[in-house]
Amino acid sequence: MTLITVENLGVRYGANNVLRHVDMRIEPGEIVTIVGPNGSGKTSLLRAIIGATKPSAGKVSLRPGLKIGYVPQKLHIDPTLPISVERFMRLTDRVSRKQCEDALESAGVPHLLKRQMSQLSGGQFQRVLLARALINRPDVLLLDEATQGLDQPGSAAFYRQIEDVRRETGCAILMISHELHVVMSASDRVICLNGHVCCEGSPAVVASAPEYRALFGTGTGGALALYRHDHDHNHDHCENSQEAAE
Amino acid sequence: MLDDFMTRATLAGVGVAFAAAPLGCFVVWRRMAYFGDATAHAAILGVALSLTFQMSVFTGALAVALVMALTVTLLAGRGYAMDTLLGVLAHSALAFGLVAVSFLSGVRIDLMAYLFGDILAVSRSDLIVIWGGAALVVALIAWRWSQLLTATLNEELAYASGFDPKREQLILTLALAVTVAVAIKVVGVLLIAAMLIIPAAAARNLARSPETMALIAAAIGAFSAVAGLRAAYVFDTPAGPSIVCVAAILFACFSLVGWQAQRRD
Repeated sequence: MTLITVENLGVRYGANNVLRHVDMRIEPGEIVTIVGPNGSGKTSLLRAIIGATKPSAGKVSLRPGLKIGYVPQKLHIDPTLPISVERFMRLTDRVSRKQCEDALESAGVPHLLKRQMSQLSGGQFQRVLLARALINRPDVLLLDEATQGLDQPGSAAFYRQIEDVRRETGCAILMISHELHVVMSASDRVICLNGHVCCEGSPAVVASAPEYRALFGTGTGGALALYRHDHDHNHDHCENSQEAAE
Repeated sequence: MLDDFMTRATLAGVGVAFAAAPLGCFVVWRRMAYFGDATAHAAILGVALSLTFQMSVFTGALAVALVMALTVTLLAGRGYAMDTLLGVLAHSALAFGLVAVSFLSGVRIDLMAYLFGDILAVSRSDLIVIWGGAALVVALIAWRWSQLLTATLNEELAYASGFDPKREQLILTLALAVTVAVAIKVVGVLLIAAMLIIPAAAARNLARSPETMALIAAAIGAFSAVAGLRAAYVFDTPAGPSIVCVAAILFACFSLVGWQAQRRD
């Protein structure tokens, strides 16, 4: 049974029409990646799915009783807030220590249980976020640019971990990413978004679609432009390089 | 036992410390320090209004603090930066409050009592209001603890877990207004923010989890109230400021301990 159904979704902030006529379905066990330039409405789509943004048109329906695991884009923990990995894992779900350990194990960081969140490296932090999302055995995992701030090998390893998670738990995965060349290989389906769904299909189909090429350029040139801007932590600059790439 | 004014004052101070500690932790974690200040400053307008309409000071202060806190929440993120907005609202409310008080002819008002508190004049009925309000705040925060913590960490995480972070923000706002209203008599509007922030900030150096931080903050706040009152009695200093001074000294000591511990790590 379909996990998430998005029908004719529209989202607007004031006069700014961010999303229009978006249709999308997520089936059990599939890995779907949403790609699109900055400001294309990727995060808005994810926010609409979790109910953080009210649609201005259309609707989002979730399968009754659907369990969502969410990995946020970035999570800032104020330095004045002391919290251990274990306490963080138990934030919203009543879970045993064994479940915490198991979830950390499947996220590839089994030894971090007693550490303070503030002591983790960027990669460890993202994996703990992943583990927290996995802890209540979700039917679908949502990841919003979960590899921001990781270096190239780091994010490649992170995506391999995602594939492992799918293989082990069978949960569906919907993720947003900039890192096309890494993500493409891991995905069953790619949705190219720019306010509306430009094109969708298997990674190979999307990569050769004219709509996709119009957005991201052709061949390695396009991938390289994206690759470069992924490694740039300055967002304003990101947009500039995006425009340059276009 | 409650016949002794020092006993009543001590109980009042400890009551406020208990409410302020867990709330103060959230104020620190969410960087709402100025927000607490603004709400407290606005309360002086509430004092003026309650004297005009002959209501209890608690009711007037609570109403204005609530209106202030809700206004700030509504206006946040609409044009002005938060600190600008709070600077405008807090000091305007304080100024209007002071002007309004000056219109009250016939009643001689000791303004100092509301600006810096009048803990030695706490009555039995004040004690009931203070402990009732403190119990309400502690119960509210304990009830929503996990949700408040999640909403503090990340808004989307809260939505994905099935609750609305805006409602949690509203609960904190409500708790803040109640705390301000009950704390006026104890430390006065100018020092309420100190009772929120200093114990929580001092506790950070000793705590390893959010829960222990709130408990340690409560202990530091309560100790400051007891020791501050004692010092005020011995040295004949103003009571409210003396309590805050003790808290500040504890903050300095624990920060030194914290830095030492960090250097060893």
